[in-house]
Amino acid sequence: MSDFPWLTLLIAAPLIGALVVAFAPSGVTKVTAVGFSLLTLALGVAVAVQYDVDGGMQLEEQHTWIEAFGVNYALGVDGLGLLMVLLTAVLVPIVLAAGWFDGDDGNTKAFFAWALALEGLSLAVFMATDVFLFYVVFEATLIPAYFLIGGFGRDGRGAAAVKFLMFQLAGGLVLLASVVGLYVVSAQQGEPSYLLSDLAGLDISTDAGRWLFAGFFIAFAVKAPLFPLHTWLADTTEKATPGTSVLLVCVLDKIGTFGMLRFCLGLFPEASQWATPLVMVLALISIVYGALVAIGQDDVLRLIGLTSLSHFGFITIGVFALSSQGGSGAILYMVNHGIGTAALFLLAGYLIRRSGTSLISQMGGLEKVTPVLAGLFLVAGLATLGLPGLSPFISEFLVLMSAFDYAWYVGAVAVSGIVLAAIYVLWMYQRVMSGPTPPGVESTPDLDRREIGAIAPLMLALVLFGFYPQPLLDVANPTIDSLMEYAGVADDEVDVPAGSDPEHADTEEGGDH
Amino acid sequence: MEFVKPTIEYAELWPILVVFGAACLGVVVEAFLPRERRHLTQVILAGAGLVAALVGTVIVGTGLTSLGDGAARGLIGGEGTLVIDGPTVYLWGLVLVFAIGGVALFAERRLEGGVSAFSGQAAALPGTEAERQASARGLDHTEVYPLLMFAVGGMMLFPASNDLLTMFVALEVLSLPLYLLCGLARRRRLLSQEAALKYFLLGAFSSAFFLYGVALVYGFAGSMQFAEINEAVRNDVDNEAMLLIGMGMIAVGLLFKVGAAPFQSWTPDVYQGAPTAVTAFMAACTKVAAFGAMLRLFYVAFGSDRWSWQPMMWVVAILTMLVGAVLAIVQTDVKRMLAYSSVSHTGFVLTGVLGVQASSELAEGQVSSLVAVLFYLTTYGFSVVGAFAVVTLVRDSAGEATAFPRWAGLGRRSPLVAGAFAFFLLSMAGIPLTSGFVGKWAVFTVAMSAGAWPVVLVAIVASIAAVYFYIRHIRLMFFTEPEGDVAAVTRSSPLTSVTIGVCVLATFVLGIVPGPVLDLATNAGDFIR
Repeated sequence: MSDFPWLTLLIAAPLIGALVVAFAPSGVTKVTAVGFSLLTLALGVAVAVQYDVDGGMQLEEQHTWIEAFGVNYALGVDGLGLLMVLLTAVLVPIVLAAGWFDGDDGNTKAFFAWALALEGLSLAVFMATDVFLFYVVFEATLIPAYFLIGGFGRDGRGAAAVKFLMFQLAGGLVLLASVVGLYVVSAQQGEPSYLLSDLAGLDISTDAGRWLFAGFFIAFAVKAPLFPLHTWLADTTEKATPGTSVLLVCVLDKIGTFGMLRFCLGLFPEASQWATPLVMVLALISIVYGALVAIGQDDVLRLIGLTSLSHFGFITIGVFALSSQGGSGAILYMVNHGIGTAALFLLAGYLIRRSGTSLISQMGGLEKVTPVLAGLFLVAGLATLGLPGLSPFISEFLVLMSAFDYAWYVGAVAVSGIVLAAIYVLWMYQRVMSGPTPPGVESTPDLDRREIGAIAPLMLALVLFGFYPQPLLDVANPTIDSLMEYAGVADDEVDVPAGSDPEHADTEEGGDH
Repeated sequence: MEFVKPTIEYAELWPILVVFGAACLGVVVEAFLPRERRHLTQVILAGAGLVAALVGTVIVGTGLTSLGDGAARGLIGGEGTLVIDGPTVYLWGLVLVFAIGGVALFAERRLEGGVSAFSGQAAALPGTEAERQASARGLDHTEVYPLLMFAVGGMMLFPASNDLLTMFVALEVLSLPLYLLCGLARRRRLLSQEAALKYFLLGAFSSAFFLYGVALVYGFAGSMQFAEINEAVRNDVDNEAMLLIGMGMIAVGLLFKVGAAPFQSWTPDVYQGAPTAVTAFMAACTKVAAFGAMLRLFYVAFGSDRWSWQPMMWVVAILTMLVGAVLAIVQTDVKRMLAYSSVSHTGFVLTGVLGVQASSELAEGQVSSLVAVLFYLTTYGFSVVGAFAVVTLVRDSAGEATAFPRWAGLGRRSPLVAGAFAFFLLSMAGIPLTSGFVGKWAVFTVAMSAGAWPVVLVAIVASIAAVYFYIRHIRLMFFTEPEGDVAAVTRSSPLTSVTIGVCVLATFVLGIVPGPVLDLATNAGDFIR
């Protein structure tokens, strides 16, 4: 490949956009911001076009950054990274368009500028191939996120923002201890280096590896989030604007599961296998507990936030099942969850803007007044509960397969999450949309063209990848294969080619819903 | 007995001499110049003296020659009492840079409506007619500049001293002017005088400890010279108990100066009572000088007895970080919060001090303790000077408004100033892309390399606690609705705003490209033993 710094450009575009938005006249704020996010998307597509699915880490850039620390500015994308980059690049323009008026209660410029800054730093996280660089941008993403939560949304957001940041920074500092430890281990074996490629060759003693793994895992479990480190999630999604929540849950939280794959499995395969039983238990608790608590919520945004706890439990199971279906399923799940939950959050945002409340108990009967909104809300909800034909189904299926592969009881408990998902989604839909139309809401306007335009790509993706997930799997599989090979794990039995036949799977799994 | 003329290495020592010379000239100016012309003269004199000394430091630094195995550069001068080696020169540079910032803050007169932040007549009792007259006549203590210069001279001497006696003299030279400066606040004078008295009494007490320790170590080693003490320690010549007690007592003196627990109790009161410009200068420069001296003493003189003092440092570091972070959480005053935060930063620097230093234990290209500590001091100095400079700007009718409720919503009224303050806080909290993160990373790494993982774990816990109060303050500035009287940002002269700007820039640049400064610290090489 040519030496053109595509990835740097991809990071720089939204960051420069953030600066331009911050200093440009306020009349053009929104247009400029969307323009820069579309430019980023275009660059992301350009990267994807050059990507060779079997090429491993690609488009690499490497420059010495801090020589004294053995730190490089090193970027690269593999299948996992590419999917996350594309997810981010697609979601940001959608969020900006859907949240057109979100920033208007406060400082509009700040909202759009921080959102773009968050995009740039998140992209850097997904492309960093140097642990130090990863850590730097991993922590740096929190600052824009903090200002997005604290500055925009509902009353009590200040406290929610502090809670969010405290959890994340605490996790980050634990990670710092491991990152420092990694340096020490690396220095003991010659010249210290933070490059992933150098670290993968390190001979880390069992004890050291497990301690370091623990640091990485705790940080990612806060991020993802996993029970019992999830308590910031519902508060944050409740108080922040739906757009912010999309950026947090669908992009930023993916760093957690992304990190588990890339760093926990990629650097400490032995420790990962050692920790698997505990991780599985936490993931199962997250699935069931998240779903149960979601059922009991009266606040739409809180509810959606908690469903994500359940979903991240599924992703974690996929990651730690240490099999190729599990890994591919987890990566696919990350993408699909991003799309499905984003749609749900944004539609809930439309809903709240219309009804003036986020409490489910105070809504009802909107179906007849706003049929388009109700229809889309139902589709997004069904995607969340894993209806066959919509994209999350396939990933959920793969993950469940790997869970049963790992141990039948893990699979059995995980399956209950699907049943519970059906309850919280359908019951929410019933209370919000169906029933007699209460007086006073007859004139509620249905979605306008901007709103539909923003949500349409997500809906299309849900259906498209529901029937044809092959492109995603083609990108994800090589990453997982090389990871499994590195971790020294082979699939136990004859492999069902992952995701090869979703229609067939439909008939098997359909009974669950 | 024949009298031998001592040789003084003027070529290497002239930066110190320039500073002391400027200080003495300042005293002459006080005596002979009419009052109205003193302020400008003093500012120019002090500023020029510091800049000249800084230029001299750079010249001296580039001219140092390698010694022996090439690990250290420089020479021993002043008849064996002073060392001018790489770390000394680096520390001189730091002290001088922050002192220039200090002079700029001292000279700020627009904030108080044409007078400086120092009292009109320090001898007048608070609340008396004399004080009112002094205030009405717009009097102004311009002696602060020579005082500052003397303190700076002491601070340069402190890390350069090569024997215990010189170190003690330097300690006193740097301390006495600071005691005075602390008591000179124009507003809230009782608080200021109380701070000065407290600082003086406790400081004198700690100096006594230091001196007693010196005597015991002399009794053990039979010499004041660091190299000879090292020799004695290595050969275990005499009663070990004497050495240990002496070492402990000297450590008390030094730990007091850097504000480490359990000797931190003066810090909040003095930081709060002193005029904020003095606090900024003192917080940055004293710490730099005292840590420089501590490093030299413990690495050079007591280096071969590392196993005796390291456990003590572990305990002190752990205690300091926890006390600083936990007590900062319950503060309701910005200056006190910053004071406790500076205590916890002392703990972080100590984490670096107890790290690995011997080059035999380091991999090629690995950072050493010395580099980590020097870098941390650099990053911390810029953020603390900047943060206190911002505090001088936030005012209401009664002067600086340091109570938390007054800061509510500042981010909306003055986004730039509040943004700068938030940036300094984030740097102190160690968030990446600020210099504080790189510094923290460096000290944690060297401690971890030395196997001090329990200290690092405590440091992580303390950092998490510390993050809380920094973030809480950012929330207060940006997201809290103001209630009742609030403070506003006063327009300052370029002196303060440029200082803040430079500090923001340094904090940012050191966070993004710390390479050059790290290389500078690495190239400073080792101490001369």
